[in-house]
Amino acid sequence: MTENKKTYWKGLEQLTNDPEFVKNAEKEFPDYVPINGGNEEGSSRRDFLKLMGFSLAAASLAACEAPVRKAIPYVNKPVDVNPSIPNYYASTFSSGGDYASIVVKTREGRPIKIDGNELSPINKGGISAIVEASVLSLYDKQRLAGPHINGAKSDWATIDSEVKAKLAAAGTVKIVTNTVISPSTESVIQQFSAAFGGAEIISYDPISNYGITKAAETSYGTAVLPTYNFEKASVIVSFGADFLGTWISPIEFARQYGQGRKISKEKPTMSRHFQFESNLSLTGANADYRTPIKPSQSGLAILALYNAIAKQSGAATVAGGAIEITHLDKAAKELLANKGKSIVVSGSNDPNVQVIINAINDLLGNNGVTVDFSKPSYFRKGDDAKMNQFVADLKAGRIGGVVFYNCNPVYDFVKGAEVAEGIAKAKVSVATNIAMDETASLVQYVAPDHHYLESWNDFNPRKGEYSLSQPAISPLFDSRQAQDTFLVWAGATTNYYDFLQKNWNSTLFTAQSETSNFQEFWDRSLFNGVYSVPSESAPVANISDVALAASSVAKAYKSDNTATELSIYTKVGIGNGTFANNPWLQEMSDPISKATWDNYLTVSQQWANENSLKMYEGETKKAKVTIGGKTLVVPILVQPGQAQGTVGLALGYGRTKAGRVADGVGVNAYELADSSKGFTNFDVTEGVSIEITADTYKIAQTQTHQTYMGREFVIQEATLGEYKENASAGRYHPKVYKEGEFVKPSKISLWKGHKYSQHHWGLAIDMNSCIGCGACTIACQVENNVAVVGKQEVLNRREMAWIRIDRYYSSPADATSNKELEVAADNPEVTFQPMMCQHCNNAPCETVCPVAATTHSSEGLNQMTYNRCIGTRYCANNCPYKVRRFNWFKYHDNKDFAAVNVAQNDDMGKMVLNPDVTVRARGVIEKCSMCVQRIQAGKLTAKREGRKVNDGEINVACASACPTTAIVFGDMNDTNSKITQMLKIQEETISAIKEVNEERAYHVLEEINVSPNVWYFTKIRNKDKSEA
Amino acid sequence: MHVTSSVREPLITGGKTLKDVTHDISRQVEAKPSLGWLLAFLFSVGVLLLGSIALVATLWEGIGMWGLNKTVGWAWDITNFVWWVGIGHAGTLISAVLLLFRQKWRMAINRAAEAMTIFAVICAAMFPVIHMGRPWLGAYWALPLPNTFGSLWVNFNSPLLWDVFAISTYFAVSLVFWYIGLIPDFATIRDRASGIRKTIYGALSFGWDGAAKTWSRYESVALILAGLATPLVLSVHTIVSFDFATSVIPGWHTTIFPPYFVAGAIFSGFAMVLTLMIVTRKVFHLEDYITIGHIELMNIVIIITGSIVGIAYITEFFIAWYSGVAAEQYAFMNRMFGPYWWAYWSMMTCNVISPQLFWFKKIRTSIVATFILSLVVNIGMWFERFVIIVTSLHRDYLPSSWAMFYPTISDIGVYLFTFGLFFTLFFLFAKFFPVVNMAEIKSIVKSSSEKVIK
Repeated sequence: MTENKKTYWKGLEQLTNDPEFVKNAEKEFPDYVPINGGNEEGSSRRDFLKLMGFSLAAASLAACEAPVRKAIPYVNKPVDVNPSIPNYYASTFSSGGDYASIVVKTREGRPIKIDGNELSPINKGGISAIVEASVLSLYDKQRLAGPHINGAKSDWATIDSEVKAKLAAAGTVKIVTNTVISPSTESVIQQFSAAFGGAEIISYDPISNYGITKAAETSYGTAVLPTYNFEKASVIVSFGADFLGTWISPIEFARQYGQGRKISKEKPTMSRHFQFESNLSLTGANADYRTPIKPSQSGLAILALYNAIAKQSGAATVAGGAIEITHLDKAAKELLANKGKSIVVSGSNDPNVQVIINAINDLLGNNGVTVDFSKPSYFRKGDDAKMNQFVADLKAGRIGGVVFYNCNPVYDFVKGAEVAEGIAKAKVSVATNIAMDETASLVQYVAPDHHYLESWNDFNPRKGEYSLSQPAISPLFDSRQAQDTFLVWAGATTNYYDFLQKNWNSTLFTAQSETSNFQEFWDRSLFNGVYSVPSESAPVANISDVALAASSVAKAYKSDNTATELSIYTKVGIGNGTFANNPWLQEMSDPISKATWDNYLTVSQQWANENSLKMYEGETKKAKVTIGGKTLVVPILVQPGQAQGTVGLALGYGRTKAGRVADGVGVNAYELADSSKGFTNFDVTEGVSIEITADTYKIAQTQTHQTYMGREFVIQEATLGEYKENASAGRYHPKVYKEGEFVKPSKISLWKGHKYSQHHWGLAIDMNSCIGCGACTIACQVENNVAVVGKQEVLNRREMAWIRIDRYYSSPADATSNKELEVAADNPEVTFQPMMCQHCNNAPCETVCPVAATTHSSEGLNQMTYNRCIGTRYCANNCPYKVRRFNWFKYHDNKDFAAVNVAQNDDMGKMVLNPDVTVRARGVIEKCSMCVQRIQAGKLTAKREGRKVNDGEINVACASACPTTAIVFGDMNDTNSKITQMLKIQEETISAIKEVNEERAYHVLEEINVSPNVWYFTKIRNKDKSEA
Repeated sequence: MHVTSSVREPLITGGKTLKDVTHDISRQVEAKPSLGWLLAFLFSVGVLLLGSIALVATLWEGIGMWGLNKTVGWAWDITNFVWWVGIGHAGTLISAVLLLFRQKWRMAINRAAEAMTIFAVICAAMFPVIHMGRPWLGAYWALPLPNTFGSLWVNFNSPLLWDVFAISTYFAVSLVFWYIGLIPDFATIRDRASGIRKTIYGALSFGWDGAAKTWSRYESVALILAGLATPLVLSVHTIVSFDFATSVIPGWHTTIFPPYFVAGAIFSGFAMVLTLMIVTRKVFHLEDYITIGHIELMNIVIIITGSIVGIAYITEFFIAWYSGVAAEQYAFMNRMFGPYWWAYWSMMTCNVISPQLFWFKKIRTSIVATFILSLVVNIGMWFERFVIIVTSLHRDYLPSSWAMFYPTISDIGVYLFTFGLFFTLFFLFAKFFPVVNMAEIKSIVKSSSEKVIK
């Protein structure tokens, strides 16, 4: 390149040598750019850049960092709290008179699960849905966090001084309570009552059994409940008593009943059960012979039964009872043939009816055997007459001070509205209720009690039977045990714990001779949770005038009532409504109707046809129910088995101040009950008018198809007679054609087959002793952190239950076509089939998962790897049992589900989660794991102790909750295990396919040869012949 | 030896010369977008945006936005998937199978049909991803990628995994085949263009020089790809049908599915080709290239495949009865007379009865009738997949779990989204790519008759 002589100017300024330009020419940066921070005002460019850089770096770092979650170790570890090792404490559940001796499982100091106490002579390890779920109520944020005065927060010192002073000046003081079965609490209340001029203690029960206690007074001289024994009864006759579901002590009765329904080739006998009732109850669903009758007929039916028995036994018959009831004569004949081995019960609250029942049992020689008044039970002590008097007094302003001890009569007493009105008239009103419920919100002083899992207490549910409850956690809120509150107000200086011990020391300890050391006696009782004083049973002489009672009955009941009758009942899940704010119970599908989150008017199929009401997929109409000026609008549910001319409505709903879960769910049926006869009568036989409205409504049912379509590959059943002739009666043996012969489906397989060299876990489910109570479903929910999804999602058919109980009605006997089979019989036979993952050896789900997120374990389990699951739902589609559940949304930490899925959303609710089980993320499939966490824990314990796993050491949540032991879990490779014996597996093999020799055992859907590890035992009905 | 019968109707009418061909086709690409096109395109984009609201809602909130439940785990998602895949089949059949069978009439329609295949497969492939509970993981966990998660590997037993391979292979081969075919035409447009357009089409044409050697390679590649694509016509829908056929659910567990699905796919694909071609031909004035003869031939394919599908339906029923399996028998009775009877009878009417109208020459040569029936067939084929998926699932073995499926607004929205996507892509293609294969079609301008009919 040639040299370039050209001069380039930076600008005209350089060319002209502008002085201003020359001045600045040598400087790299012009003055006005602040490079060295020389500028005093404001920040320099460098500072700016520094700040920018720092902010950017800080912002990026902050964005990268995950939120810090602190896990703080114990500084001083409590001696008996080992992280990840659960502690178990024996305790007692008691609400009103509902009772269960329990074992509380705690993890790191938090109660997370409740099991039945096997040492209890009453519930014998059984448990119910309500008791199971009560652990969540502990963490209910709607509980009161401290004492309240006139709705405003206060403190204990203020409330103590004010209440003491005011009660002393109030004049007549009344203490209102539900049944108290705690002897120490009773003496505390006595002491409290004495301190305030002998305040009267009024006891009532939401679900009253006053009729029985009153009748016992008439018949035998003492107002108590007897001890019933359904196990010893070969013939059971029940008139509307739902003893398996809700009547008095259902866990205990279910256990006894279940024992009587167990059947085998060696013992081919079982009880025969007659049920005469209006609504289809859980008990009625299990009956061999069920006759729908109207409530207005029940008294006469009982009289007729009395007369039939009296005639044969040579006793005087009574007037009345001329009524034709199907199966009643048969029942009478069978009762007579089984004298002393039978039982007759009635759910009626009418004392006169119960007097007749007592007389029947006396005639049958059941007194002292199956109905034992010499061993009284104290589950219900409520006195309707006294309570009615109290309400009248309260309303009239005759009561100066009223103390409600953990009861909610404004909601759950028939005259609740009058109580609400009267409270204001009392000078002082106090409640110890745990939450600001319907009653507590109306009183001046609320001194909240502890939750029962935070309390010390003792219980005497039955003569000679005692149990204790102990705190499993320190109080979560600023509550105080009601007994302590009463002691303080009574001016005592002792605390309740000392009082309790002293009480035991002076009564039970001194009466026993096993140990002379009280501490040892106390520790042992506390460890066991129960203490028994043996006593002999003996018949008690009947002193009543049967004819007198009979004439009242004959007058009060009619055989030909044409008016619609309302039978108010209790649901297994919600009970009397005390625990309505528990979402697990709200979402528990009702054993019979399979409905959740509602109560509804149950009507018969005939009524529905007459009123051209068709229920489809839960969609129905609403009805106006009017009784004596009170009108409720409720959805209608068509209920096969409902007696013609009757309708049913459940209690426990329509809460207004229970908390955000229960408020506004359903309607309150308490106010429809009748108390005109001096007792709370849940059967309203007159003045009921039902009017269908145009409003449609959807009831969220988890099962909308009612019948099993005659599918033998699902339900296999036979009658007892058939079974005695042939142990495989009712079995369906599918055969597949292969090379010239028909063989069992299991003989043909594309699979090589698994080998289980160690354990081979399995379940055996006896459909004969499964009563369908649903305790297992809640136990599973608690154990496995199963989400609650709320009513809308249940309507969308997306409930998450890992175990469900399929409830099938029989179709009419002459049904053959598909359309006919879809309809349930008017009074159907009912079959319950618990259904969970079948842990198939040839699992259809495992082959179709594209990412192998569900696989087979070396112990026969079908396992689900949540964090591998991508959520194609192919496995759920290909599951023939439809047990796989998909996380359609994020159910945890999601405000859309916060109101219902309490256990996975609020900080308090989360304390109930089982730390051994993952809370599932959105978009993954989940299902029954056969409680693999429990299996692992059991195996680890055995390994640490250098031994084999013992049978019974590991149990799955559903099986351990089952009050009838219908579900048996075990190792099918262990020749001595209970399950192996039950299934009669003889040869020892590690093969997945075991030769099962028990005739009753079958696989659901055997013909598709998915080879489940869950076996079902045929349902055997004790009927003469099969009929729908 | 190549003999052309003189009695054959010419494949291209209107006495087109080679120059006319180039001009007629390139004109669409070079001209300013017409108002009609603009409106249609904006409408498609609008549908796409509307549908994307539902798609975003589903991805954000979860699959619960759809109407699925514990019993019916697939419904519109997989119905749409199978439907779109099925539609794609016609393109491959036309371009690959008909190429091998030397059906020259295909030349006028194969470009658009292949484009339709690609866009349909894109729409279809969306569903297996978005129907997942956790698509952000599933999108790559479903592939057999070496990973650091330990011994984690895909499950080769799963038909869903086979789907992944089938669909991805199909998409790849179709795309390559389509693009190779486009190269000479891009070069034609490049040669006619100037400025930025020349650069773009130049790049797209991969430096095509039109040399004899290049043409020879082009033909060889086309033939090889046709050979590769032909088995795919049969295999893709066969594998898709395995999703159902290998399961244990009554109504799914059926060995007839592979041929039945393939026939159904071709059936619906041809219907979709007809729908699109009738519109394109009209809008772009391509009546001389896409003639009544084309339409009639495609209608004949529709009668044949429609009848195969009809026979398959009847066979299924026969086998259900003959098997003696109660659950299977119920599943089929339930299709006809159960709560979803209307879906079944819609399917029967649209797929089996209505295509039989094409036996009448008057109908199969009528553009209006063909257009309407092509829509009917597509509706029918959507119902076929819906019937198979939903009515089989909603009432399977245990009556306790029987349930109904009701679609939500999100189900509809996501389906709309795929329509929006498909038509947006198709309109872009129709505007910027030559819709008829100029290079190939020039070879038949004169071959069908010795004398060009003026």
